[in-house]
Amino acid sequence: MSFWTDPLKVAADWLMSILTGWGMPEIAAQVLIGFLGVLLLISILMVLDNFLVWVERKVVSRFQDRIGPNRVGPFGLIQPFADIIKLLIKEDTTPGGADKVVYNIAPMLSMMSVLILWAIVPLAPTILNVDLNIGALYIIAAGAIGTLSIIMAGWSSNNKFALIGAFRQVAVMVSFEIPMLTMLLIPTILAGSMGMNAIIEKQNIWFVWLAPLGALIFLITAIAELGRAPFDMAEGESELVAGYNTEYSGMKFGMFYAGELLHAFTYGGFWSILFFGGYRFFGLEQVSPFLAIAVLVFKAFVGYWVIMWIKYTLMRIRIDHMLAFNWKFLTPLAFTLLMVTALMNALLAGASTWLYVAGMFLSNVLLAWVALTIARSYSRRERENVEGVKNVVTSRSIP
Amino acid sequence: MSQWIYIGLFFIVGLLIPVGAIAVAWILGPKKPNPIKQSTYECGIETVGDSWVQFKAQYYIFALVFLVFDVETVFLFPWAVKLGQLGLYAVVEGIIFILILIAGLVYTWRKGMLEWA
Repeated sequence: MSFWTDPLKVAADWLMSILTGWGMPEIAAQVLIGFLGVLLLISILMVLDNFLVWVERKVVSRFQDRIGPNRVGPFGLIQPFADIIKLLIKEDTTPGGADKVVYNIAPMLSMMSVLILWAIVPLAPTILNVDLNIGALYIIAAGAIGTLSIIMAGWSSNNKFALIGAFRQVAVMVSFEIPMLTMLLIPTILAGSMGMNAIIEKQNIWFVWLAPLGALIFLITAIAELGRAPFDMAEGESELVAGYNTEYSGMKFGMFYAGELLHAFTYGGFWSILFFGGYRFFGLEQVSPFLAIAVLVFKAFVGYWVIMWIKYTLMRIRIDHMLAFNWKFLTPLAFTLLMVTALMNALLAGASTWLYVAGMFLSNVLLAWVALTIARSYSRRERENVEGVKNVVTSRSIP
Repeated sequence: MSQWIYIGLFFIVGLLIPVGAIAVAWILGPKKPNPIKQSTYECGIETVGDSWVQFKAQYYIFALVFLVFDVETVFLFPWAVKLGQLGLYAVVEGIIFILILIAGLVYTWRKGMLEWA
């Protein structure tokens, strides 16, 4: 057990020997070492958050056919640090009539809900932060604190736009949790456990080949949970001013903004853990935990890139369309997919690997095709109700 | 050390970092409140009407439907964990459970409870 294969244990043992050498009781030493480990991880995350701001601004600018920040430092890399310094020295105005306690706590809870999600992310086979065996449920539970912080922000701002934005955003987040919970059930069925590390270890074949529709629906619901476009009802820029964070300035706004980007990166990480194999890459993760961390971070960035790509390509969806899409299309589809996955998993349990993969994949594709056909015929009927039946001339009818 | 102490530490540190950042901002920032700065923002005009607008009842309906399905999925989690070892019987049982609740969703749909209006 050298430093390169198991860094956490080596460091913890060394610190423990020093601390007990100073006469500290073992329990206190363990808690202190745990505290230091958590502090290290969260500090790294905050620095990563800075980098994510830079990535976001460069990517959005490329999508919009411009260059983005390139003045401050090489390629604009120092830009986020300049932004943080600016936010730190801004005045902290509180709107008159705002509910002071709730107003101040909301950004802290929003950032906290993102940071605690990293407790269950397995970074390497030997660097598991907390190997909770109910990891999948913990994701939803921690996300609920974020939902709470949004309604706190909107309500306490004493601003009707913030309030409406917060109501809509919470309605969307809460509604899209149902398909997300259902999609979390699919890796649980395929791996036989809710723990994140167990799900990664069972992915000899990535779960995206076994449940592609599940990966897609998880992505859609994750984007809705994040409150990003095309589901960004809360910060409906130019629709509701800035939604629930209208009345926030300075570092409180910075907490909301940076928290949202880190949340997006975290969900990119979860998407890759649940469906794309996490830190696994054909045995590379056994060589060294640092390589495993690199693989996971790379996959999380790919997921983050997809989330950004969708944000900067699609238009915002209207709130009633969003909720109708969820309750009338996604939820029945998600439950049908769950039933089909459970059934196919049981029917093909003893089959050879290729037959298993092909069977699951084709059942997903078939279900997606059926769902899209139903949706298309329904929308054609709606359109014909509104516009009247049009005679479509096909090439077959021309003699 | 129990895992949950670690999660508790994550909560504490996760709360300390934003509190620290906002405290630094509070120390460093100027404090010059005046009534204009602190007035509520409404696109540059004076506010019209109450700030705390009436709560649309449809949100409550969505929350109720969410509650039903949330409890359903929580019941489905133990089923999903043990599905690999339980065979086809448990699968059919789970499918019947899900179908009963889908019937509930269809009921709310047909009753018009999922409309925004």
